[in-house]
Amino acid sequence: MIVLRGLRKRLGARDVLAGIDLEVPRGQFVTIFGPNGAGKTTLLRILSGLMRPSGGDVYLGGARLEDDSVALRAMVGVVSHHTYLYDDLTALENLVFYGKMYGVKDAPERARRLLEEVGLSVFAHDPVRTFSRGMQQKLAIARAVIHEPEVLLADEPYTGLDRRAGEVLTGLLRRFKERGVTILMVNHDFDQGVALADRVIILAGGRVALDELVTSESLRLIRERYEELVGGKYAGVDQKQ
Amino acid sequence: MRERGSWRLALGWLVALALVVSLYLVFVYAPTERTMGDIQRMFYWHVATAWNAFLAFFVVFVMSLLYLFTGSRRWDIVAVSSAEIGVMFTTLVLITGPLWARPVWGIWWTWDARLTTTLILWFIYVAYLVLRAAVEGREQQARFAAVFGIIGFVDVPIVYMSIHWWRGQHPEAVITTSGISLSPEMLVALIFSVLTFTALYAYLLLQRIAAERLADEVGKLKERARNA
Amino acid sequence: MSFLSKVLALVEKDFRAEFRTKEMLSVMLIFALLVVVIFGFAFNPTSQVTRKIFPGILWVAFFFAGVLGLNHSFTRERYNQALHGLMIAPVDRSALYFSKVLSNMAFMLIVELVATPVFLVFFDYSPAGRLPGLVSVVLLATFGFVAVGTFLAALAANTRTSQILLPILLFPVVVPVVIAAVQLTAATLAGSSTASFAAWLRVLVVYDIIFLVVPFLLFDYLLEV
Repeated sequence: MIVLRGLRKRLGARDVLAGIDLEVPRGQFVTIFGPNGAGKTTLLRILSGLMRPSGGDVYLGGARLEDDSVALRAMVGVVSHHTYLYDDLTALENLVFYGKMYGVKDAPERARRLLEEVGLSVFAHDPVRTFSRGMQQKLAIARAVIHEPEVLLADEPYTGLDRRAGEVLTGLLRRFKERGVTILMVNHDFDQGVALADRVIILAGGRVALDELVTSESLRLIRERYEELVGGKYAGVDQKQ
Repeated sequence: MRERGSWRLALGWLVALALVVSLYLVFVYAPTERTMGDIQRMFYWHVATAWNAFLAFFVVFVMSLLYLFTGSRRWDIVAVSSAEIGVMFTTLVLITGPLWARPVWGIWWTWDARLTTTLILWFIYVAYLVLRAAVEGREQQARFAAVFGIIGFVDVPIVYMSIHWWRGQHPEAVITTSGISLSPEMLVALIFSVLTFTALYAYLLLQRIAAERLADEVGKLKERARNA
Repeated sequence: MSFLSKVLALVEKDFRAEFRTKEMLSVMLIFALLVVVIFGFAFNPTSQVTRKIFPGILWVAFFFAGVLGLNHSFTRERYNQALHGLMIAPVDRSALYFSKVLSNMAFMLIVELVATPVFLVFFDYSPAGRLPGLVSVVLLATFGFVAVGTFLAALAANTRTSQILLPILLFPVVVPVVIAAVQLTAATLAGSSTASFAAWLRVLVVYDIIFLVVPFLLFDYLLEV
């Protein structure tokens, strides 16, 4: 589903991604760990079409991203710690608007169903600015999947969520996984990260430092490497915006 | 690196020598203009700086296009270097222009098409430099500057035409330099001055590019130190 | 869904957001009125000279108010990084540009429509020309200003000093529109259609075309992270 070949990204004098090769089969749930500045967010930004790579190729569903980026962007949904929502529009208006951007047929109907699924039906006609952080994040998830994407990119989706909202998010992610959506999630929290993952990748210094399928045997190894590569260096606060 | 540096040094001395010769031509060799008197001697360097200011901004335009097509930092370095020199030359034009105009026409400033366009040009490229300073991230800085460099340059002919027509409605203020009849000696002084200043532009450009490259090197070394 | 319908959906979104709060329109309108009031204090509003420069005052007010609107049009997209949301959607970048041109144009025209009669009253100015002439001048001049202004606003929005940077980027570039707009408005308000009228109209049309095409070609480069 996702194939990366020698992916590089240079920002200023720094190689944020220094050659990443990766193949993610359809329906796999991959969690990406890594210390700050390891290139996790950059990787997701390139996959979502927000950033252009400095070198290497990205293939989505067999097609090269650069050749047809507009069409391929339709395959991808993105949840990040930014909600991409318009504060002055209502929840429903936001979803219908993004539905139109993605060319969703019958966007209002689909939007209503999604609002129900994330538990925001009651607030459909309230402007987003009145929402709590947790509600906004739920709406952001609905926005990300309005077009039923085949690939879901989640950049620290749990940021700013309280426990209950976090549980709702986990439930949603599980459902998407069951529907066969390919999911790439960047996370800081080990337990949250491995809970649903089929596979764990640890990035360090712009390279893949660990790439393991999650099994009951490999879990110990993954944890050791996580503590060694991420746990020590990670300050516990995300400084990126 | 060192070899290129020595070439630059040689060019620098050559330009310095040419400037002295140009001074001689302007002040001794060229005859005094009949109606304007000695103040007309300002004309040679005024034209020389003006011509090179336009050249510098044309270079910014070409380098901006090259940068957008290739994405290579090399062209961006030339663009920013040329823009800075162009702004400096334009500033000189805007200072020498009024100094010349005051005794000859009795006014410091006239809103004629050439003068006013030069002023707008100055505003556009000062904005270009301010924009660069306000953008974070080298790549984005280069990209935004290139885009503005293109927009600004495309705008110049329209600005000139519109100011030209605008002033055309007030013919009493239109003043041209076509009144000056150049003697052969004057022409020699003018052409030599223009060439000298073009060489000066080239020299400053090379120096500025070298400085920018050094800054890049320092940046890389610092980055390495940070990662070590 | 076609290009055009996405552009329209984007414009609709801008309108919905704006008309829910009307914060930008009200600020633009009040500012335009204030500029004229200040001019009234600075120059005697009933003197013959002031009446002669009335078209200039009018456009200074519109352009200054316009800059406020342009500034807001992209900073609005930066709350919650909504602009990123649009950039990862399967929408052509030029659709984003055209939609912003359309909504900015509409907002500016609303301000001009409401403010002009008030200005005429303040300055006790009775226009002699015909309305269609004035309307076409206002449309062409506003479009030129908005076409290049929207582009530069997108540029400025991604800088550290976005709000204060736009005027110094925009005004030098938009000089031809300022000159043409004032000349043409003076001619239409006075009801004198001289030979230069057609020439100035051509300047505006040429400017409008160039600064619709060039930003269209370059807009991709602005929306990259």
